[in-house]
Amino acid sequence: MADASYPEELLYHPDHDWAQVDGEQATFGITWYAQDSLGEVVFYDPPEVGAKVSKDSPYAEVESVKAVSDVIAPLSGEIVEVNEALADAPERINEDPYAGGWLIKVRLSEPGELESLLGAADYVALLG
Amino acid sequence: MRTPLYEKHVEAGAKIIDFAGWEMPVTYEGVREEHMAVRTHAGMFDVSHMGEVEVEGHGALAFLQRVLSNDVAAIALGGAQYSCLCAEDGGVLDDLFAYRLGGDRYLIVTNSANHAADLAWLGRWSRGFDVAVRDVADRYAMLAVQGPHARAIAGRVLGIDPPPRMRVAAERVGRRPALVCGTGYTGEEGVELLIDPEVAPAIWAELLDAGVVPCGLGARDTLRLEACFHLHGNDLTPQRNPIEAGLGWCCKEATGFVGAEAVARARAEGTAERLAPFKIEGAGIPRQGNPVMLGDEEVGTVSSGSFSPSLEIGIGMAYVRSELAEPASEVEIDVRGKRRAARIASKPLYASPSRKER
Repeated sequence: MADASYPEELLYHPDHDWAQVDGEQATFGITWYAQDSLGEVVFYDPPEVGAKVSKDSPYAEVESVKAVSDVIAPLSGEIVEVNEALADAPERINEDPYAGGWLIKVRLSEPGELESLLGAADYVALLG
Repeated sequence: MRTPLYEKHVEAGAKIIDFAGWEMPVTYEGVREEHMAVRTHAGMFDVSHMGEVEVEGHGALAFLQRVLSNDVAAIALGGAQYSCLCAEDGGVLDDLFAYRLGGDRYLIVTNSANHAADLAWLGRWSRGFDVAVRDVADRYAMLAVQGPHARAIAGRVLGIDPPPRMRVAAERVGRRPALVCGTGYTGEEGVELLIDPEVAPAIWAELLDAGVVPCGLGARDTLRLEACFHLHGNDLTPQRNPIEAGLGWCCKEATGFVGAEAVARARAEGTAERLAPFKIEGAGIPRQGNPVMLGDEEVGTVSSGSFSPSLEIGIGMAYVRSELAEPASEVEIDVRGKRRAARIASKPLYASPSRKER
């Protein structure tokens, strides 16, 4: 498992999710802290492309051997792509939470929501 | 509460959780690795939170025969036996091992969450018997060393001769009196050590240096579930009798134990539900409390569910309608709204190749 890291270029949701925004689209995943708290991910069932996600609401679950954790959408929109590779290799969420371990790509519906997310420094401060 | 090994767990980087009031390690490096270490090599578990009760006196056998479901008279000197502690209505108050340490002296090992209630129950039923019932939980640290290489490593490192399965031997560990038991809760060969709390940290360190992998309660649970050993609180409760739990084999009603009449009735008449192990056929991980479905009908409840590190699928045990509790029955598990196909299996769900018997 990689060391703790919180890339500067990402935006963070206090429920330990990240978003990488690229114009009208964004990629979502869970933070290093989230995967470390959960432990090794053994199961991830990707949501359907086309499904709607709402900021602050769960859109998927990640499961370790002993626990289930909801994944919260940091922003609202419609799923345009899911990381199918995780179905066979969910451990990528632990190994590489910000790249190979991305979960979904979303076409954003509420660009105004961006302002509510945290920068890396504020998110790290929240972790204490 | 903390066990004598708490500092060792923190040193080893354990994640600590509350378990029945005890600050216990749930995992060190990861549940899956710890689980596989026990299946392939040797792992050790601090189970010092478990309780010990000593029962001694001329009436010890008669008393234990009254409160424990199994035939206590069948325990030879230095022997071990699994039993249920039943209420009058047959409900399972606890499940435990009894060890015969002397002619009139037995040790029973209780589940930590039930220890205080068990003591009160035993005290109540001991009236009229020539017996002393003593809480000796503070006298022991308990360490389970399990895995295909566990006995050899424990024997070499501790300078002991591990007893055969289901036997207990009085030994010296760390130059202090200790009990070495050929029992476990993983489905692998191994020993359980009841040692002086003062020497426990040094013994832990010696085993660690010898390559024994520290394992937390997470792996303990996945290992016991693969072996289909019951967990009291999940698969056994005061609302379930031993017959529906599949523990009729450790109930000898002829001994007249408390609850024997109810157990005899359940055995004769059958029970509406029975505990059955199952495997998920495709994706999905069942969890405790998930409904078991047959079409649109709810036909049972998952009592324990997890990912199986050995089989790499979801597994569990569920109380299901008795007619469905047979190997190869097909059901579905409702895992938080998603139906997951499952098939009832036979025990154990995973059989260790290094062991021929249960």
